[in-house]
Amino acid sequence: MIPAEFDYVAPSTVEEAVHALRDAGEDAKVLAGGQSLLPVLRMRLAAPSTLVDLGKVPELRGVREEDGNLVIGAMTTHHEVVRDGLVNEHASLLALATRTVADPQVRHRGTLGGSLAHADPAGDLLAPVLAMDGEMVLAGPQGRRSVPADEFFVDHFTTAVGAEELLVEVRVPKHTGWSAHYEKFNRVAQAWSVVGVAAAVLVEGGRIARARVGLTNMGSTPVRAHEVERALLGASPTGEAVRRAAERAHEGTNPGSDAGADADYRRHLAEVLTGRALATAAGV
Amino acid sequence: MTATPVSPSEPEIGRARRRKEDARLVTGRTRWTDNMSLPGMVHLAVLRSPVAHARISAVDTTEARRMPGVHEVVTGADLAERQGSMPCAWPVTPDMKTPYAPALAVEEVHFAGEAVAMVAARSAAEARDALDAIDVDYEDREVVLDIEAAARDDSPLVHEELGTNRSATWTFDSAEAGTGGDVEQALRDAEIRLDRTFRQQRLIPAFMEPRSVLVDPTGEQYTVWSSTQVPHILRTMMAMTLGVGEHKIRVIAPDVGGGFGGKLQVTPEEMLTFLMAERLGRPVKWTESRSETMVSGHHGRDQVQRLSLAARADGTVTGLKVDLLADMGAYLRLIAPGIPVLGALMFNAIYKFDSYRFTCTNVFTTKTPTDAYRGAGRPEATFAIERMMDELAAELDMDPLEVRRRNWINHDEFPFDTVAGLTYDSGNYEAATDRAVEMFGYQQLRDEQLRRRQRGDTVQLGIGVSTFTEMCGLAPSRVFGSLSYGAGGWEHSQVRVLPTGKVEVVTGTSPHGQGHVTAWSQLVADRLGVPFEDVEVLHGDTQSSPRGLDTYGSRSLAVGGVAAVRAADRVIDKARSIAAHLLECSEQDLDFSAGRFSVRGTDRGMELTEVALAAFTAHDLPEGVEPNLDAEVSHDPENFSFPHGTHLCAAEVDTETGRVRIRSYVCVDDVGTVVNPLVVEGQVHGGLAQGIAQALYEEAVHDEDGTLTTATLADYLVPSAVDLPEFHTDRTETEATSNPIGVKGVGEAGTIASTPAVVNAVVDALRPYGVTDVRMPCSPQRVWRALSGARASSATAAESGGGLGSVDPDQAFPTGGDR
Amino acid sequence: MPRITVDVDGTTYTDDVSPRTLLVQYLREQLGKVGTVVGCDTSNCGACTVHLDGQSVKSCSVLAVQADGHEVTTIEALARDGRLHPVQRAFHDNHALQCGFCTPGMIMQALDLLAEDPEPDDERIREGLEGNLCRCTGYQNIVRAVREASRQMRPGAGPAMEHSGRTPAPRASTEQADTRVTGGQS
Repeated sequence: MIPAEFDYVAPSTVEEAVHALRDAGEDAKVLAGGQSLLPVLRMRLAAPSTLVDLGKVPELRGVREEDGNLVIGAMTTHHEVVRDGLVNEHASLLALATRTVADPQVRHRGTLGGSLAHADPAGDLLAPVLAMDGEMVLAGPQGRRSVPADEFFVDHFTTAVGAEELLVEVRVPKHTGWSAHYEKFNRVAQAWSVVGVAAAVLVEGGRIARARVGLTNMGSTPVRAHEVERALLGASPTGEAVRRAAERAHEGTNPGSDAGADADYRRHLAEVLTGRALATAAGV
Repeated sequence: MTATPVSPSEPEIGRARRRKEDARLVTGRTRWTDNMSLPGMVHLAVLRSPVAHARISAVDTTEARRMPGVHEVVTGADLAERQGSMPCAWPVTPDMKTPYAPALAVEEVHFAGEAVAMVAARSAAEARDALDAIDVDYEDREVVLDIEAAARDDSPLVHEELGTNRSATWTFDSAEAGTGGDVEQALRDAEIRLDRTFRQQRLIPAFMEPRSVLVDPTGEQYTVWSSTQVPHILRTMMAMTLGVGEHKIRVIAPDVGGGFGGKLQVTPEEMLTFLMAERLGRPVKWTESRSETMVSGHHGRDQVQRLSLAARADGTVTGLKVDLLADMGAYLRLIAPGIPVLGALMFNAIYKFDSYRFTCTNVFTTKTPTDAYRGAGRPEATFAIERMMDELAAELDMDPLEVRRRNWINHDEFPFDTVAGLTYDSGNYEAATDRAVEMFGYQQLRDEQLRRRQRGDTVQLGIGVSTFTEMCGLAPSRVFGSLSYGAGGWEHSQVRVLPTGKVEVVTGTSPHGQGHVTAWSQLVADRLGVPFEDVEVLHGDTQSSPRGLDTYGSRSLAVGGVAAVRAADRVIDKARSIAAHLLECSEQDLDFSAGRFSVRGTDRGMELTEVALAAFTAHDLPEGVEPNLDAEVSHDPENFSFPHGTHLCAAEVDTETGRVRIRSYVCVDDVGTVVNPLVVEGQVHGGLAQGIAQALYEEAVHDEDGTLTTATLADYLVPSAVDLPEFHTDRTETEATSNPIGVKGVGEAGTIASTPAVVNAVVDALRPYGVTDVRMPCSPQRVWRALSGARASSATAAESGGGLGSVDPDQAFPTGGDR
Repeated sequence: MPRITVDVDGTTYTDDVSPRTLLVQYLREQLGKVGTVVGCDTSNCGACTVHLDGQSVKSCSVLAVQADGHEVTTIEALARDGRLHPVQRAFHDNHALQCGFCTPGMIMQALDLLAEDPEPDDERIREGLEGNLCRCTGYQNIVRAVREASRQMRPGAGPAMEHSGRTPAPRASTEQADTRVTGGQS
């Protein structure tokens, strides 16, 4: 299948990209890795007038440290994230979740920024970024602004990115020394997550000092499992503590029903998988 | 007299030859239909109905005609007088109801995905663009989706003019046929009676190469390239449907990327491409997108199966009653009505039932038409009976293998006339089962199962058994005739020894991945005593291979391969008379071995190559012998062949999530003589994958409006390498007696046998929880619900369990997830 | 129409392409590289896999304009001087193909996975091929073939051609390369 006609712009700087987006008008669409967008265009579920391709903007690619944060360029591919030494050291939860995205070919092209801006609730990278209190840096005609993850994800496929804005980088506070796990549950290897659980814990002095838990596909946006996190604080990392905390995983969720699973089954899975994710993360 | 096949080195039959076909395929040097391009060629795109049942009140093509690059826009109304009705070759009963089935809908659409208009344009992209500019007004009619509801008298109708949704009811009764007793009596007298209903979900063949058709009208004949399993059938049916002289059509099936029954079809798109080429007088190519394949290529399975089994308290089965509803979808495609009939004779399987009754009602719904899918009727039958045998074992608290042993035909009872009226020529179920049990470590796994049950492990282990047989090698023409099929079941081959001694084998089978070129080369090389490399196999073109009935139903080797062997024997007979003439001896004095005729008791002789040259020069031939070394045979088998095997599956079921993981899969198949063990093993592996996929992953789902919600490979779950286990396969070899080389066929075995083995394993794991069935595919959610349902009700509730997987395909995007 | 310059299988092409042209269409329709095929619309089947600058990609999910200035390698570039590449040979030797439609993509992805992990175990091989569907083989012989190819391509196991030129060289591993995703399927 062949997409409908569109114009194509390939700016080489963020500034040019912002201009290009503004010039192209409201039917323009940003092309990041294209691994979700191109199938959508091929199926003619969308027909943008212009694609603004960020693939030739070098400043959008790469990982650096800055003020206690990891700063990941929006166009950094999944493959690069998975292999990046800084990400693995300071945000291993993101690296682990990214390993589960789609398949190797898609990970070579698909990007972190593209995934987050696409905001598919079944996407595996939203929950880790939310759980780690990530912030999205947006560039627009008025300059740059930073949006925390819990404000960034608005609804299914909807984010805080304005019509003339670009997601340029993702800032994640360093989680050095945390242990993490992403538990993905899907029907076949390349299927989307039915439910996913992103969990990271910091164990200090034999106690869980801090915990982060984010849920994939348990609502129209990723869900932070605050009650689970609270229940873990101060607990010793035992199977029992993890199990008790995981029982609260469904709280605050609003999962949908679809061909993959009904809401009640998703709520059940969220508990089971949260238990497993925490157990693996905490080494129980 | 036939030759004794002896080669200079080891015989070709049984040798794991690497395939001749591969050299091109691994280097990208391929000839898929979509690879072809002809001068002046235009591209065809097909507009499809988005609704399942509607009257077409208006079609406006004005704007589409003005789009750039567009040559022609055609609607159903434009073709009403020209297109005929898509053929159905299997009127299973004299009163079968057959609806008018235009290639392009004229007044009404009956499934979402049905073709309503077509565009020819300079490029595929422009043709696709123009589809968006066609405006069709649909007046919705009531959709008919549920097969059981559709079969009732109060259902809305799919085809108003037929007055019913029931197309035909086909019955076999052993008492009436004289092949057994009265099943009602057996059920009345039964010490044990089991009644079960199983659902065969709807599947999509999902061959990897989307279909493509190219029609060139610029020669004296129309040349049709099509990604089809059945070039010969297509040619005849195209001629009959469109009223074109058969001699004016040449069909070529070039490289074809899989079929699995999905390309055993004469398609609307083949007709439409032809008609557009006829209209424009220039080559036209249509290549579908995967989304089109999913909605418009035929689907498979889709039956409701009600079974009643009578048995004695010792586990001996006495009677079986089968009542099926089979979903035809919106129209009757090529052989669709006969698919359940192919299963009708196999429900009794390898067991000695005294009485048997089978009834099937074919039903219309407003869904994509169904037809053959790997196994075609036999997987459905095997699934039902193998599930029943496990149910019987559970009922009697017997080991499922013991129940089978008690009831199967012993190896010394062959040939065996079955209650369904077939004669099984050979088999050895004991040997295959013993070998499988040994490889599987059956007792160790049972012990582990017990331990897991005792300690209440969250991961339970289940063991599933399937001891299957199938009838294949379709088919004796007289049997096809008795089942009212519209064609025979013979196959044709010609063997030609060229003047230089190289050999051409023409076959009427039409391979699309099976490796016929390699296997037929082995067969003929052995027979003629020529090197494997010296044999070329010609197929898939009605010009080079003018007669044939193509490839389906595990028939190619057992019918087409045997035809090639017999043709080779005729070549030898002919060569013998020439050699005898030249060597001045009698034919009886000649031995033929390793490609050489020798005069018995002397050192005189002649190579086949020399005979071929002598035949070609024709300087000195015996009276009445024509100057060639060619011979042909149309082979019609006397009987089906009956491969069998024992499949054992150990499945781990995570009781917390419902996920099923196959821990071990062992199968021992008996497919008779093996020509190429590598190819046979490959067929078994691929068959297993598809059978397991039915058990665990795949299902074509429609929403309440009749829209297929699994219309992409993101939604229809074809398993990847990660989702399938390593298979442990072995074979026993009991030769078929129905053909001279003892072969049976292997194309469908794995698919037929594996589905019940897997589901039996899943149910076996869950029986302690009161679960007695899980509807396919056994998705995690269904397994979990079966468990929750069983836990909620009492552990003895007979009807607890699956089938509750509900579907709300309300998805914002057909693709989702972060990529 | 944008003008692009692409190196495909060692030949440089400069062409005007419509922005909507997919890389796979460009290869097949404009360059006649029909060895690479299209099997789906949603980038699930992997039949169209080629290498873009040495990494496997699904050429149905890349625009031709995105390949501007880059190097593309297809199945058609692997055999040299009439000799099959070890991965091609291993597919042949192990009967890892039947209809052959998925094979070009499968082989190109197998090469990528061997560059990523030159000595993969069966589980790694299966994971590395998770984006490529095959309907014929049940994958078992494909896994066998990749395993065998990995043995033949190990340093010292044979001629150096396997990793030179247009096929990707083994990639340096990161410190995390051994961390396996546990639970769920990746």
